[in-house]
Amino acid sequence: MDKVIYAYNLSLAYNDRETIINDTSFSVESGSFVFITGASGSGKSTLLKSFYGAIAPKRGDLIVGGVELHNIAPKKLNLLRRHIGIVFQNYRLVNEWTIEKNVMLPLIISGYSKEVSTTQVEKLLRHVKLSHQTGKYPQELSGGEQQRVAMARALSHNPILILADEPTGNLDDYSSQVIWNLLQGANLQLKTTVVVVTHNIPKTLNLEYKHFHLENGVLNEVL
Amino acid sequence: MKSFKNHLSLIMAIVTILFSLQIFTITERAIDAYESNLKENYSIVVVSEKKIAPKTFQQMHPLIKKSEPIAADHVLKTIKLQMKETNIKLLKTALPKFYRIHLSKFPSPDQIDAITDAIKQHAGVTRVESFENSHNTTYKLLLLFKQVVLVLAVFIFIVTSLLMLKEMRIWQFQHTERMSIMALFGAPVWLRSAVLFRLAVIDALLATLITAIVFIGIVNYGWIESELEVIGIHITIFDLLSDGVTMLILALGLSVFLATMIVLGHKEEV
Repeated sequence: MDKVIYAYNLSLAYNDRETIINDTSFSVESGSFVFITGASGSGKSTLLKSFYGAIAPKRGDLIVGGVELHNIAPKKLNLLRRHIGIVFQNYRLVNEWTIEKNVMLPLIISGYSKEVSTTQVEKLLRHVKLSHQTGKYPQELSGGEQQRVAMARALSHNPILILADEPTGNLDDYSSQVIWNLLQGANLQLKTTVVVVTHNIPKTLNLEYKHFHLENGVLNEVL
Repeated sequence: MKSFKNHLSLIMAIVTILFSLQIFTITERAIDAYESNLKENYSIVVVSEKKIAPKTFQQMHPLIKKSEPIAADHVLKTIKLQMKETNIKLLKTALPKFYRIHLSKFPSPDQIDAITDAIKQHAGVTRVESFENSHNTTYKLLLLFKQVVLVLAVFIFIVTSLLMLKEMRIWQFQHTERMSIMALFGAPVWLRSAVLFRLAVIDALLATLITAIVFIGIVNYGWIESELEVIGIHITIFDLLSDGVTMLILALGLSVFLATMIVLGHKEEV
């Protein structure tokens, strides 16, 4: 099976003194669903950031979508990011844009025509049950609805990989379940690789997943 | 409505800057017009035993623009009735020549001294009247006006700089998050910045339009013009073509500068 993420002896650090991820090796297969757990401050989010090139490897190899991230050129990194969908705990929607435009963002960046983009956005907003909210702004929506918009945005450009950082951290049980269902649907129906950083793995998931636990800067698979 | 609110803060800052600039321009025009009035009304009177050609006067000092002889006829007219025609003719030839000297700009007291000395050196000149005392009072008043305008200009510059700094912070706050989000989805720098530059251009156009409308209103109301006319100053308060274009260039320059600073100052998120 193809590897979407491949790390070998990977070390990550924000500065020279403090190493967050230390000499760790792992891989994520294409089409898999992966959870990364760990205590607060263990470096889960830092590791996730390294997958979309927001933090560069200090040592070792990190290959995402077949692209080596060590010393990657900005142009190449932009191209890689156009194949990744990201979901954050705090949604990170553009507040001055309507939800329609927010969902359309990756499509605009990838250069899709307006016609194709509009059709895709309509389809996705129907999928996340927000088609009646199209013209609204993020702040007019509840937290759960905003996260559904973020999910629609992450899915809009048919990415090969979805990275989710505590996607249900700010949500109630019902909204959390909706988000898990969407992530599960993306993985099962679209065969999109999903990597989720979380404190708790939901018990209601109906799929096979891989579980990595991060402790003392080292990522170990939980069997 | 929401979009308008996002634009409003920058538009208001630019309108303030453009308004200050136009007020400064009007003040400068008024002072220039006043100085020009003074220059037109000011002249040096020269008394000479010999006839002096206009070109000779111009060679005496670079500030001398033109000279004109003062006709003695109106002086002689009053005594004409009491004198014989032959005596009048005799008196006319015996009278010295009077000249009025006009200058190319309103002179400083030092320049007046220099001009007076230069004229006096010419053979035949017996007297030069520069009306020094009244000139000095007027000159000092003009100097005071100019200093007030300079202080105003410095004040406007400081206020403008503070406004721009404040606006830059607001813009950084407003646009950094959107640019970061766009970067996360792989938007190239030009696309991330395109929104910002488009906003900058729209806001600059709107700010110019608002300021131009305000000044067209002021011109139509005519209050400032009538106040200036009382002291004999006739100036253009707002010229849509020249002032409008200057405003547009300044507004575009400022907002594009702001946008560029934000783009350059934007750091990739870690």
